[in-house]
Amino acid sequence: MTRFRIGFLPLVDAALPILAHEHGFAAAEGIAIEPVRDTTWATVLDRLLYGHTDAAHMIAPLAIATTLGRGRPPAPLSVPFVLGLNGNAVTFSAALARACGLGNRLADPAELGARLREVAQARVAAGRRLRFGVVHRYSSHNYMLRYWLAGVGIGPDADVEIVVTSPPFAADALAAGDVDAICVGEPWNSIAVDRGVGRIALVTAQIWRRGVEKVLALRTATLDERGEEVAALLRALHAAAMHFVEPDAAEENAAILARPEYCGAPVETIMRAIADRLRLRQGASPIHFPDFMFQYREAANFPWRSQAAWLYAQMTRWDRTPFSAAEAEIAQSVFRPDVYRAALAGSAATLPGASSKLEGSVTNALGVGATQGRLILGSDRFFDGRAFDPDDIPAYLGALP
Amino acid sequence: MRIAIIDTSSSRAAIIVDGLREAGLTDVVPIDPASALLAQLERAHPEVVLVNLENPGRDLLEDYFAMSRALARPIAMFVDQSDEAATAAAVDAGVSAYIVDGLTKQRIKPVIDLAVRRFQAFARLQEELREARSALADRTAVDKAKAILMKRRGLDEPAAYALLRSHAMSSNRRIAEVAEAIVTSNALLGDLP
Repeated sequence: MTRFRIGFLPLVDAALPILAHEHGFAAAEGIAIEPVRDTTWATVLDRLLYGHTDAAHMIAPLAIATTLGRGRPPAPLSVPFVLGLNGNAVTFSAALARACGLGNRLADPAELGARLREVAQARVAAGRRLRFGVVHRYSSHNYMLRYWLAGVGIGPDADVEIVVTSPPFAADALAAGDVDAICVGEPWNSIAVDRGVGRIALVTAQIWRRGVEKVLALRTATLDERGEEVAALLRALHAAAMHFVEPDAAEENAAILARPEYCGAPVETIMRAIADRLRLRQGASPIHFPDFMFQYREAANFPWRSQAAWLYAQMTRWDRTPFSAAEAEIAQSVFRPDVYRAALAGSAATLPGASSKLEGSVTNALGVGATQGRLILGSDRFFDGRAFDPDDIPAYLGALP
Repeated sequence: MRIAIIDTSSSRAAIIVDGLREAGLTDVVPIDPASALLAQLERAHPEVVLVNLENPGRDLLEDYFAMSRALARPIAMFVDQSDEAATAAAVDAGVSAYIVDGLTKQRIKPVIDLAVRRFQAFARLQEELREARSALADRTAVDKAKAILMKRRGLDEPAAYALLRSHAMSSNRRIAEVAEAIVTSNALLGDLP
């Protein structure tokens, strides 16, 4: 049986490869998955590039940055499958939560932004800028956080400081006072809450609803050499995704993901993320935030080229490099809707007719063209109501604050 | 050439520092991974940074190096297109490296090769140590199980051992496993008649 070693970090959104393995969806497709756990994205990437693993659970911007050669010589990666949308949160230290007057529900991003701006300015004046932890320079966390901060008039580099804390250390960094807030995936926000060291202020779905999060990344060479096997892997992941959103499966899935070899966290904590029920502060009853994590419906696993384009736009914005049409094309081509379609033709998967869309343009449910199944997209709004046209990135960048 | 070593295993770090010094590379700065990593690096101003692959601080380090591109002495990933094989060997051995841009390959290669050899030697030592430890634990368990059998069944030592051995063979288990089971059940049930 052909084997895929798949690198991952201990996060709830590593669910699909883990569950495809545990529930036998991989075996049903004639492949074996061997999950390989690490602590940092740098190690996950090194193992992928040097053949310790065949594929990886990866933050989407890192796959693009690696292909473009940001921070290291370029190495072409391909993303034929999205492992999930959203699912991260911004958690404030108790002191920052107090200073911003966080209530018992999730804040409105614009209102909270206005209050945070005052606190941030006071801290600039005091010579101690607020410090935010994100999981990686090339992470959706970094880009969503920066998008929000810049959108509410807080300069992500001038007015606050953004540092890197790997997910398993984010709650510790908050506890130790190394950072005033973290933007990280689950279960690490909830762990910070349960330890009483943080309060969840926002979820990233409030910043960009349906924003692309983790992806399945492979070396492009692997995709070329093992096309049929990769197709089988995508079918197994799709089956796992379909199963993951069954309400009856949630408890068992949480129990699996909680195991020490995966997330190593309490079952109940993992369950809150899966069930879209987040406890915002220690001891409070969880609130329901629909679609906090989004793993399957609305063709969530489809690698839209426009989502890669948005990430590239943010990359030029925050790396302060000029927009390049050639780079934009390379970045978008990391996402491989063609591979997704070929692998899932004839399955239960919904296959969109287009490979790119206007991001942030859907407010009410919208039916769109599909070559297989029916596709109705829900709201994909950015908190500031802007839309992103992948065909005109320079105009988009020019209009941003 | 100043080399900084960041390793979660302080004994491996020491072995690498020794190796580099023996090879005449005396300007070596070990970094304490438990305290402020970046401040130490800033002070050390290294041209080469060796770090264990699984070091939990790597994302932080890479961010720092990316920022350092704006400084006078940018640090690049050691991963160099021209020497894929050496990089792969390093990753296989569990070592990663970051190097100031512009250092020539001829100067770096001996450092990396040496680190790789030391990492491999360290891994072998660890494995031998683990084997020795488990052999010792096995022997202790067997000795204890023999004593229990001798006492409870009135056997002499060769007979107790023979009983252990024959049971292990018939149940297709290691003698140490059978011994462990006897020790455990004796601890739980030993007082029962």
